[in-house]
Amino acid sequence: MSTDYILQTRDLTKEFKGFVAVDKVNLQVQRGTIHALIGPNGAGKTTVFNLLTKFLTPTRGTIRFNGIDITPEKSAQIARRGVVRSFQISAVFPHLSVLENVRVALQRKLGTSFHFWRSARSLDVLNGRAMELLEAVDLQSFADTITVELPYGRKRALEIATTLALEPELMLLDEPTQGMGHEDVGRVADLIKRVAANRTVLMVEHNLGVVSHICDTITVLQRGAVLAEGTYAVVSADPRVLEAYMGTAHG
Amino acid sequence: MNGKHIGWIVLLLLGLVAPFLVYPVLVMKILCFALFACAFNLLLGYTGLLSFGHSAFLGSAGYLCGYTVQGLGLSPELGLLAGTAGAAALGFIFGSLAIRRAGIYFAMITLALAQLVYFLALQFPFTGGEDGMQGIPRGHLFGLIDLSDTMNMYFFVLAVFLFGFWVIDRAIDSPFGQVLKAIRENEARAISLGYDVDRYKLLAFVLSAALAGLAGATKTLVFQLASLTDVHWHMSGEVVLMTLLGGVGTVFGPIVGATIVVSLQNYGAELGQWVTVLTGTIFVVCVLAFRRGVVGEVALLIKRSGIRP
Repeated sequence: MSTDYILQTRDLTKEFKGFVAVDKVNLQVQRGTIHALIGPNGAGKTTVFNLLTKFLTPTRGTIRFNGIDITPEKSAQIARRGVVRSFQISAVFPHLSVLENVRVALQRKLGTSFHFWRSARSLDVLNGRAMELLEAVDLQSFADTITVELPYGRKRALEIATTLALEPELMLLDEPTQGMGHEDVGRVADLIKRVAANRTVLMVEHNLGVVSHICDTITVLQRGAVLAEGTYAVVSADPRVLEAYMGTAHG
Repeated sequence: MNGKHIGWIVLLLLGLVAPFLVYPVLVMKILCFALFACAFNLLLGYTGLLSFGHSAFLGSAGYLCGYTVQGLGLSPELGLLAGTAGAAALGFIFGSLAIRRAGIYFAMITLALAQLVYFLALQFPFTGGEDGMQGIPRGHLFGLIDLSDTMNMYFFVLAVFLFGFWVIDRAIDSPFGQVLKAIRENEARAISLGYDVDRYKLLAFVLSAALAGLAGATKTLVFQLASLTDVHWHMSGEVVLMTLLGGVGTVFGPIVGATIVVSLQNYGAELGQWVTVLTGTIFVVCVLAFRRGVVGEVALLIKRSGIRP
């Protein structure tokens, strides 16, 4: 097999008391690509994310990351392997400063995170790297701002900087442009494209403009099952996809 | 020099002059409760965990200290050590069980376990049951300083308090404290950054319990008494009151809160039962009108006046 898959699921299934939210999903994410997961509301996209990061436990099926079965592992363990996710609603630490938000992600590597007797000033060695990350998302001038005061689009950018701080091999982004104004959408899309240069991204996205613009592969989910898969051109021409989105096949 | 440095200096000065202005035993009582509330605040204010069982740590440390000093005839510093270690061990048990759940369930588990401890305190022969342990000797600190002298005792209590408070202050402002705040702010995100949040919560719980124990053990030496009052669930409620009144999630808030509550109970003693009504009313007004607590509101005022010249 010549294709290099970073993430593979086999018959991934999640049932909630008889309701099948995710039904035998076989997802294959190729290394170095931006892979989108789209589908109508309630298709199970976020549930898939929660399964992949073990915020939910799959009822059946396996998840392999770099060929290793990570199905039984805990959320934090998977994160430490290099699979880092973002959330649908902005996942920042609102009452920490912007710089501290990124630094929390960086500090784990220092191995002093249980040291309650050590001054937080020992974390200042990370400030340089944190500023670089903030610059990457154009937030350097907000470093000392308390995060809760940032505009929404900036919070999403901060979230990406925090995720990047972990240097993830695989980034899972849950609707990174959701609720954003027009200009912010473009900026975040470009940002994702830029940071995806040497890693893999799997993202849930509603904005088809963004999907067509930056994603290499698209998987369409409907009622928990994979409906179609392929490039944007292939998927958008698929009559089943049109029907799922429009209700009819007249496109 | 920032606000925190000023706070420390004011605290130190107040600590040094207070026993000459106010009845020293009252100040010692305030210091013990202030440490208790600060320990509690580490959990509620900086980790976002509401424990409703902190009386168990205060009370059992008191009994352990009393037993070490009176029953075993050991020195007071060993009494404090025994009380603190015992409370830490108890905190480990409570924490391991309670952190599996969040919110109200967490609070209820801690309450239930604390009730268990209350029952044990009532039944164990060495605690003296309803009568408690009385006439516990203060002894000689390190075999040298006679603690039956009120001023000696006072400065010892002040030192213990400052030490405990310093530990908490440092823990808040440490790499560990940063992770705690991250957990408080957004637990799911902290997990997705690779933190095993349960282990951080457990350490915070044990630290909080140990320092609550230090407060309880010190209190036992001050009053030469360990009784059921300190393990009763009322005490768990009172520490919530002190912390909220002073300002949850502020470094100095719990000290202010403890001072207000203890002073009210002391000077309002002639009101009899009505003092409970008074503190209750103050609590309701505080929660409704200024939710940040005394220190929280003052800090906000200073910040606002700083922005608008």
